[in-house]
Amino acid sequence: MSALLARLVAHRLFWPIVMLLVLFAINLVAFPGFFTVTVREGHLFGSLIDILRNGAPTLIIAVGMTLVIATRGIDLSVGAVAAISGAVACSIILGSPEPASPATVAVAVAVALLISLVLGVWNGFLVAVLGIQPIIATLILMTAGRGVAMLITEGQIITVNSPPFKALGSGFWFGIPIAVIIAAVVFGAAALITRRTALGMFIESVGINPEASRQAGVRARGLLFAVYTFCAFCAAIAGLILTANTAAADANNTGLFIELDAILAVVIGGTSLAGGRYSLLGTLVGALVIQTLVTTVYTVGIPPIATMVFKAAVVTVVCLLQSPTTAEALSGFRRRLAVRAGKGAAVS
Amino acid sequence: MTKLLDAPARPGRAKRPAGPGQPGPSGRSLGSGIRALLTSPKYGPVTVTAVLFLAIFVIGGVRYRGFFSGQVFLNLLVDNAYLIVLAVGMTFVILTGGIDLSVGAVVALSGMIAASLLQTGWSPWTVIPLILVLTSVLGLLVGLMIHVFKVQPFIATLAAMFLARGLCYVISQSSISITDETFVQLAVARIPLGGGMSITPSVIIALVVVAIAVWVLHATRFGRTVYAIGGGEQSGLLMGLPVARTKVLVYVVSGFCSGLAGVLFTFYTLSGYPLTAIGTELDAIAAVVIGGTLLTGGYGFVLGSVLGVLVLGVIQTIITFEGTLSSWWTKIFIGALLLVFIILQRVLTARRR
Repeated sequence: MSALLARLVAHRLFWPIVMLLVLFAINLVAFPGFFTVTVREGHLFGSLIDILRNGAPTLIIAVGMTLVIATRGIDLSVGAVAAISGAVACSIILGSPEPASPATVAVAVAVALLISLVLGVWNGFLVAVLGIQPIIATLILMTAGRGVAMLITEGQIITVNSPPFKALGSGFWFGIPIAVIIAAVVFGAAALITRRTALGMFIESVGINPEASRQAGVRARGLLFAVYTFCAFCAAIAGLILTANTAAADANNTGLFIELDAILAVVIGGTSLAGGRYSLLGTLVGALVIQTLVTTVYTVGIPPIATMVFKAAVVTVVCLLQSPTTAEALSGFRRRLAVRAGKGAAVS
Repeated sequence: MTKLLDAPARPGRAKRPAGPGQPGPSGRSLGSGIRALLTSPKYGPVTVTAVLFLAIFVIGGVRYRGFFSGQVFLNLLVDNAYLIVLAVGMTFVILTGGIDLSVGAVVALSGMIAASLLQTGWSPWTVIPLILVLTSVLGLLVGLMIHVFKVQPFIATLAAMFLARGLCYVISQSSISITDETFVQLAVARIPLGGGMSITPSVIIALVVVAIAVWVLHATRFGRTVYAIGGGEQSGLLMGLPVARTKVLVYVVSGFCSGLAGVLFTFYTLSGYPLTAIGTELDAIAAVVIGGTLLTGGYGFVLGSVLGVLVLGVIQTIITFEGTLSSWWTKIFIGALLLVFIILQRVLTARRR
C-alpha cells in the first residue's frame, strides 16, 4: 500500500494533478454547479467546458513550446506570431468582397498559417544555422513581430463580421467547442508523431547534446528547424482562435504574455527547461492548471487584477513540491514514520 | 546535467591562448594580435561591441546634424541610468549561468511602493531604504528557491515577476504621481560638466554602482566565485568555494539593483504606474548579451553590459533623430538593428571554432 503511494508521489505528474484537483475543489465549494455539464441547443455548456475552451490557445502554444524546450531552446516570439496571424487573417477577411463566405475564411486562415511557417523558419535559421542563443534569437521576432502586426493592421484594431471565422473561436461542432477540437487535434497529432515514431527521441537527443547527436547521425539542424516552425505554426493557430473569439485583431494585445503562460504550462507539467526530456501529457495538465486557476479567481470573487499574484503562488507551490529537496524531505519523513510504526508493532 | 559535463572543458580551452605553448599577441604581428583579441571568448565579444558602438555613433554623426555632441552621449547615460543599474545586477546573475526575469516588474513595483507611500506622507529617506530592503529580500527568496529547492532560475524569477506585477495592480490600477519635494528636486537637478553639458544625479548613482560592481567582480573572493560558478558549478564546489552562498547572493544583488533602478526610474518619470517597464527585463538581458556575456555563464564584464545599454540607447537615439518613424516602424527597426548587431557579433567572433 505505502509502496504504491510512494510510487504515485514520485510520479512527475502527481503534484500538478493534485494542484488541479485542489483548484477543482475550491471551485466546487464556491460554486456548487461547477461540475455540471448541460446540453443546451445541442451544445455542451458548463464551467469545465469553459475552462477547456478558454485554455485551448494556451494549450496549443504550449504543445509547440514543449518540443522547442525539449531541444533546450525557448521561443519568446509566440505571442507576436499569434498577433501577426490574427492580423493577417482579419485584414484579408476585411478586404474581401464576401467576408462571410467560407472560402474567404479558408484563404485567410491558410495565408496566416503559411506566414507563420515563414516566421518559424526564420527563428529556426537564427538558432540552427547562425547558432544564436534561442532566448535572444526569438527575442528579435518578439520585439519586431508586434511592429509587423501593427503594420498589417495599420495601428488599428480590425473588427470583422464573418460568422464562419467567428466559429473558429466560439463555434461548436457536434456539441463540442471548435477551439477544443482544434486543440485536441494539435495535441493528438504532436503526441502521435513524436511518440509513435523515433522523432521524439531524436528531439530529446538534440536537447541533451546537439553536437553528439549530429555525430551519431541525427540531423540536429533539420530537427531544430522543424520544432521552431511547428511552434510558430501552433502559435498561429492559437492566434486565429484568439482573434476569432473576439472577432477583432489587436496587434498590441493579442497573445500578450501568452509565451509566459505557455512556458509555465510546460514547466508545471514537469518538462525541464534544461532540455532533453519532455512530457506532452504534463503540458496538458499544466495548461489546465493555469486556466482553472484563472477561472477560480473569477468564481471565488477575487478581483481579476490579482490573478498574477495567484499565478505566482501556484507556480511557487508546484515547483517547491516537485523539487528533489522536497521529495527527499518527504521520503525521510515517511521512513521515520515507518520506523516508528515498526517499533510500535514490536512493543505491542 | 550536460552543462556540468561540458563546463569544465571550457576554461581549459579558453586558457590555452594565454599559456606558454603559444606566443601571446605581443609575439606576433598587429594583425594576428587583433585577431586573437577578437576571437578570444573573454575579450572578443566586448571588443566587437565597443567597435560597433563607435561605428553606430559615427554613422549617426554623419547622417544627422547635431548628433555628434557630448550631450547626446551624456543623454544616453541620463535616459538609461536605471537600465545600467538593472544590467549590472543582471550581469551578476547571468555570469553564474542564471537569469532574472523579475527585474522589470520589480522596477514597476518599487515605483508603485514609492509613489503610494510618499502620497501618504512618508519621508523619502525612509521609503528609499525600505524599497531597497524589500527588493533585496525578494531576491533572497528567489535565490533560496533556486538553490535550496533546485527550481530553474527562469521559473523562479518568472514567479517573482508575476508576484511583483500582481502586487503593483493590488496597490493601484492607475498611475500615482509623485509630488514629494526631494523626489522632484532629484528629478530636475542637473549637474553641469562645463561646455553646456550636464548630467543628472541618477547618472552618478549608476556610475557608482558600476564602479562597485567592477571592484566586486574583479577584486573580491565573491566576484571570483561568481565566475567560477558560471565556469562549472561542480568544479567550484570541489574547489571548496562557497557556491551556495554566492548563488543565493547574486539574486540578492539583482533584487537590490532592481529596487535601486526602480527608484532611479521614479526620479525619471515622477510617478508610479503598474504597467511601466514591461519588457525591461528583456532589455536588460539583451544589454548583457550584447555586452558579450554568455548566457551560459562564466565569461563577461560589467563594463560590457554598460556598453550593451549604450548600444540600445544609441539605437533609440537614432530612431528619435530619424523622427518620422511611426511607433510600429520603431519596433521593427529596433528588432532589425538588434538582429544586425547580434549577427555581426556572431560573425566577428565565430572564427574561434
